[in-house]
Amino acid sequence: MSYWQLLKNGIFGENPVFRLALSLCPAVAVTNSVKNGFLMGIAVLFVQTMANVTTSLLRKFIHPKVRIPSYMFIIATWVTVTDLVMAAYARDVYAQMGLYIKLIVAFAIILSRSELFASKNKVVPSFFDGLGMGTGFLLALVTIGFFRELLGRGSLWGIPIVPTKPLLIMILPAGGFFAVGILMGFFNWIDMKFFGDKGASGGGGH
Amino acid sequence: MKKNTVIVSVSPHIMSEETVSHIMWTVSLSLFPAFVMAVYFFGPRALFVTALCIISSILSEYFVQKAMKKKITISDGSAFLTGLLLGLNLPASLWSLNPFTIHVPIIGSFVAIVITKQLFGGLGYNIFNPALIGRVFLMASWPRAMTIWNEPTAAFVAFDAKTTATPLGILKEEGIGRLIEVFGDKVNLYTQLLIGHRSGSIGETSIIALLIGAAFLLYKRYITWHIPASFLGTVAVLAWIFGGKGTCLFTGDPLLHLLSGGLILGAFFMATDYVTCPSVKTGQILFGIGCGALTMLIRLKGGYPEGVMFAILLMNCFTPLIDRTIRSKVFGAIKVKTK
Repeated sequence: MSYWQLLKNGIFGENPVFRLALSLCPAVAVTNSVKNGFLMGIAVLFVQTMANVTTSLLRKFIHPKVRIPSYMFIIATWVTVTDLVMAAYARDVYAQMGLYIKLIVAFAIILSRSELFASKNKVVPSFFDGLGMGTGFLLALVTIGFFRELLGRGSLWGIPIVPTKPLLIMILPAGGFFAVGILMGFFNWIDMKFFGDKGASGGGGH
Repeated sequence: MKKNTVIVSVSPHIMSEETVSHIMWTVSLSLFPAFVMAVYFFGPRALFVTALCIISSILSEYFVQKAMKKKITISDGSAFLTGLLLGLNLPASLWSLNPFTIHVPIIGSFVAIVITKQLFGGLGYNIFNPALIGRVFLMASWPRAMTIWNEPTAAFVAFDAKTTATPLGILKEEGIGRLIEVFGDKVNLYTQLLIGHRSGSIGETSIIALLIGAAFLLYKRYITWHIPASFLGTVAVLAWIFGGKGTCLFTGDPLLHLLSGGLILGAFFMATDYVTCPSVKTGQILFGIGCGALTMLIRLKGGYPEGVMFAILLMNCFTPLIDRTIRSKVFGAIKVKTK
């Protein structure tokens, strides 16, 4: 696959949230506003890309029997970097999201890309795969956050749009599940409508 | 054209007239007494809210089936019954222009029909009771509007109804003493609760009317005694043991708990929904006990004054598990011994 296809695959064909249904926990937990979703997405994008690159660089030295713990160490390293950078430069955001940033270690999508892609591919494709997956995750979180904040709070990025709270349930945890489910169904429908049964770029193809 | 042909068909050869739509319309009919009493106590608002729910349920069903290119089945009465049950579970105060809350029943019906029923595959495939999910959705979205309870008035005029707390609300906030004070004495309290002269959801207040409908359904054998009896029995026992003041056990008032809230409506008309309750009798009794225990847990220890709705929905989750664990005996099957 070309680099452009790798990017596209992460965003559409195998979107982590809407296609692979991985890492749904943060997709529900931090998306009650666009801002939180965006910052979480940026953090995941960074960790995903760097973890992919590192795994790919070290793939010849990691013994298959200890590969999962090794990947975890790599991911944990980059999560620590993100954590400390955020704690130093974005204090107010960190106070709100610090817990979830640390939890990136356990996100299924990052480990699964290390295992499925980066450990079998060269550095540059791994970089683009990480970039695509991270961007796909970022876009999914922003989309979910957009609807949840607009409907639940009547605002976007903290700026009030409508004076009332149109549908309070959307910023509650239950609303997160509603939003993810309905958006997933919506994207499936678009896929079937415009790309036939196969989906945007051939569907999930593992 | 008449030929002497022998028709060969597989069983069943004798069919009763009891189809799905027949049952749906009969259950709707059995709710009619409660509905009449509600209109008598809460005035035209009760009528409007219920009608709005029924109309928007039927329209939702029509449009979603049209959009999903399914057969249109609005005439089988299931959408009507869902709308009616949802309407009977809402406060009459929702029919109000200031604050504007008329859209609330419409959205509730939409959630009940489209999200809870049709997106899960339509009638017979839903995991949860549609009307109750609709109500939970509204409770979470408009907690204030959903808990403004009108005071019942026997006069058929009041459009500027006074608002008041429900008996269970008073019990939770201020205790049994205050409740008896509000209603005069204890006998009066029970009588008023039995007739339905109290604030609450539209259809839940008149116990007598609900029991008439329930007796009709039991007589027609559309519902069996297993779920209601185990549900109500568990509530009564737990209310008697734990419902007393402070830590005194066995001093509670089971009758008060049986007559208040949405218990009768829930136990006879919601928990017995064919789709979302277990199919085997033993399982149904277990289901009823679970509903009763959860109801009393929420009523006595939870944040909400009433817990019937959540209890039934939580037990709906367990229905597949109960059905898988407790199976009816299969006659003629050979038991295979496994080591």
